[in-house]
Amino acid sequence: MIEGAFSDVRILDLTWHISGPYCTKMFADFGADVVKVEKPGAGDPARRMGPFLNDEPHPEKSAPFCHLNTNKRGITLNLKSATGKRVFKELVREVDILVESFSPGVMERLGLDYQTLKPINPKLVMTSISNFGQTGPYRDFKLSELILNGLGHEMYECGLTDRHPLKMGGNVTQYQSGLVAALATMGALWARDEQGLGQYVDVSLQETQAGDIDRKTINLLSWAYSGDVTYPRLDPTTTVRSIMPGGIFPCQDGFLLSMPILPHWPRFLDLMKQPELEKYHYPEDIVNADFKGEVDVIWYPWCTERNKRQAMEECQAVKFFGTAIQTPKDAVEDPHFNERGVWVQIEHPVAGKQIYPGAPIRMGEAPWQIRMPAPTLGQHNIEVYCDQLGYTRADVVRLRETGVI
Amino acid sequence: MSKLPLEGIRVVDLCVVFAGPFATWLLASMGAEVIRVDSIHHHPDQGRAFALWPTPEMLEGLGGTPLPNRKPGERPWNRHAIFNRIGWNKLSCCIDLARPQGKEVFKKLVGVSDIFIENNSAGVMERLELGYEVLTKVNPGLICMNMPSYGRTGPYKSYVGWGDNAEALAGHSWLRGYPDENHPLHNTPVFHMDSSGGVLAAFAAIMALRYRRRTGRGQWIDFAQIESVFPQLAEAFMDYTWNGRNQRTIGNRHPSAVQGCYRCRGQNRWVNITISSDEEWHGLCSAVGNAPWTNEERFSDTLSRYRSHDELDRLIEEWTSQHDNFEVFYIMQKYGVPAGPVEDQRDTHMDPNLNARGFFEVITQADVGTYRYPGFLWKMSETPCSYRLPPCRLGEHNDYVFKEVIGLSNAEIAQLEEEKIIGGERYLWA
Repeated sequence: MIEGAFSDVRILDLTWHISGPYCTKMFADFGADVVKVEKPGAGDPARRMGPFLNDEPHPEKSAPFCHLNTNKRGITLNLKSATGKRVFKELVREVDILVESFSPGVMERLGLDYQTLKPINPKLVMTSISNFGQTGPYRDFKLSELILNGLGHEMYECGLTDRHPLKMGGNVTQYQSGLVAALATMGALWARDEQGLGQYVDVSLQETQAGDIDRKTINLLSWAYSGDVTYPRLDPTTTVRSIMPGGIFPCQDGFLLSMPILPHWPRFLDLMKQPELEKYHYPEDIVNADFKGEVDVIWYPWCTERNKRQAMEECQAVKFFGTAIQTPKDAVEDPHFNERGVWVQIEHPVAGKQIYPGAPIRMGEAPWQIRMPAPTLGQHNIEVYCDQLGYTRADVVRLRETGVI
Repeated sequence: MSKLPLEGIRVVDLCVVFAGPFATWLLASMGAEVIRVDSIHHHPDQGRAFALWPTPEMLEGLGGTPLPNRKPGERPWNRHAIFNRIGWNKLSCCIDLARPQGKEVFKKLVGVSDIFIENNSAGVMERLELGYEVLTKVNPGLICMNMPSYGRTGPYKSYVGWGDNAEALAGHSWLRGYPDENHPLHNTPVFHMDSSGGVLAAFAAIMALRYRRRTGRGQWIDFAQIESVFPQLAEAFMDYTWNGRNQRTIGNRHPSAVQGCYRCRGQNRWVNITISSDEEWHGLCSAVGNAPWTNEERFSDTLSRYRSHDELDRLIEEWTSQHDNFEVFYIMQKYGVPAGPVEDQRDTHMDPNLNARGFFEVITQADVGTYRYPGFLWKMSETPCSYRLPPCRLGEHNDYVFKEVIGLSNAEIAQLEEEKIIGGERYLWA
């Protein structure tokens, strides 16, 4: 009985912040042994990211850090020191995959690029995640979540016509880029298992977005086909397609999103239970804007008389496309997500027992599993340097005193 | 000579719209043989063409945009960008799954395949009597992945809606929008669930293949796409579970850096700029020619800048409005300031970095002609992704699939074709 699809996989993780760690988290959470290498002293800059437990900034109480680094063993190592490089090469010899997310050129300047490491471990899969790729005119350019949202054109379409475009929530784009990096690494791992070859994987955050589905690449191809730029930020209130309500409507305690298509008119009648609406027939009356007022006069009070969950349940009972606009609190308390096990409790030596998002996917076998919380800084130094690599305790003290770990 | 990673792996694809077909395209890009099962009897799916025969009204405005030269052509179902974007490197066969003999042919195909992926609403496969219990019995080693929005268990298992309905339920809609509006914004055609769901599905499929190689066991994966979203918005959810704070949107702002989307010269041209350190601030000062306001005390350190965010936005935008957005992008980056344009489709196609890296693929398909397609999402040194097949046309690979993959005899094929259970490009109004 194996534990996790990747229980035989060893990964050396030099990544930091969001994309890289989310990539390696995908392997760690499904069983891989991931050794996370952090800079001595400050560690991964993500340890500085809020929200913090009780708003108390502390390197072991960063919620996003704790979430992104579950199931990883943590060591500290100064890659700029000569001893550090030597120790790093010893580690590389023993692993299947190396993932790093430094700016292009850093690994080369450290003398730890793929060409140098390949002879040490010919079957190594090395993945480099960078803003714009290892080659190209933007190679040294900097990024942020907001900037990444703007690349690949989707942001152009989000927001109101007469205001600035909007990014998506939180840091979703960086997380999703990390997923793409995980997929690319997964493919290389499979190739390595099947064909016995190692290789180098170059992941450009820009390309993970420019090649992404949804409106991005579809509209990119549409532009190639027809020369049309799809309308940026159409004002939905000016494009009445149907007398049925489309958009966001206030309820007692929040908002409902209603998104019907024309053939849903019978469902809408079932929902409203108002005989005077039955004089309107599909399809000819449904697209006649003159009648919209009569529907709105019934619909708006219908919503404001209900709370959003109730409105949603009634919509769904007749298969009308209405869902509540939930806040984070709603989602955490939501009965469906709780029944599905979306939220899990994890115990961390400093942050304590807290609730985290759980499995992103329900596998049939070898499911997502928390074996360990995120590591404290240097937590596994002894385990890795002494037990695994054979250094003595005295060596480890020397390494600390000379700033190597 | 190395082969592609997934060469020799066969995927049966019954996907629609965005997330599912993206997942199977990602697998195809790594060499898997992906066989789409299209239908000739019904509206093939919401991917091939939202309307099989688009009317002139439907083509008005932007309705014609996804079609080459805005024309439906003789076979519009082979010409639609929504499908063609993820239709290349795949094969297509046509089977009527509604009829018993069609189901049998389908099961034979699944029997000789490794992976089955579909993303129809929960219940669709079961009503066709081709649910996971049936398919995993036909092929115990099968990796069977259903990708409904909400899963096959739980109070929402029968819920219906679009991507934005799911985003609303997941809490994402609440976390995006203008902070000064008193209601959430609904004006976006982009749904994160599609992006994350498609990639995660492909990852999970290969992970399941790996597990099968180690243990000999296939598996059923009930992938509720909405569940892929929560770990990616962890900051907001954990602020509630750890601190009891119920976040709402902060628009384009950041918790600590000064950033914004600023108007530039021209129609609807914007640039994003993020400044999170004194160093980056000094870079910006140089980039704007050390204008007098850059010396003001209230902008001289990170916390003071954050407190003067509104005023800083105004001043930055005064400057950017005089400049082209790509000009701002390049000047800022030269001075070490993170910045980037809000691209439209033309910008992305013309992007110097994407083009230098060979991101776009030029592909010729018989019903469409030759166009530039967005390409692969990563670069592998030994087993690089490659273009192999143009966007598959409806039933284009019937012969190959029925004769060589499934192994039907000529007589069997003739009989099935006559009864229109399998077939070529004939469209029958249901």
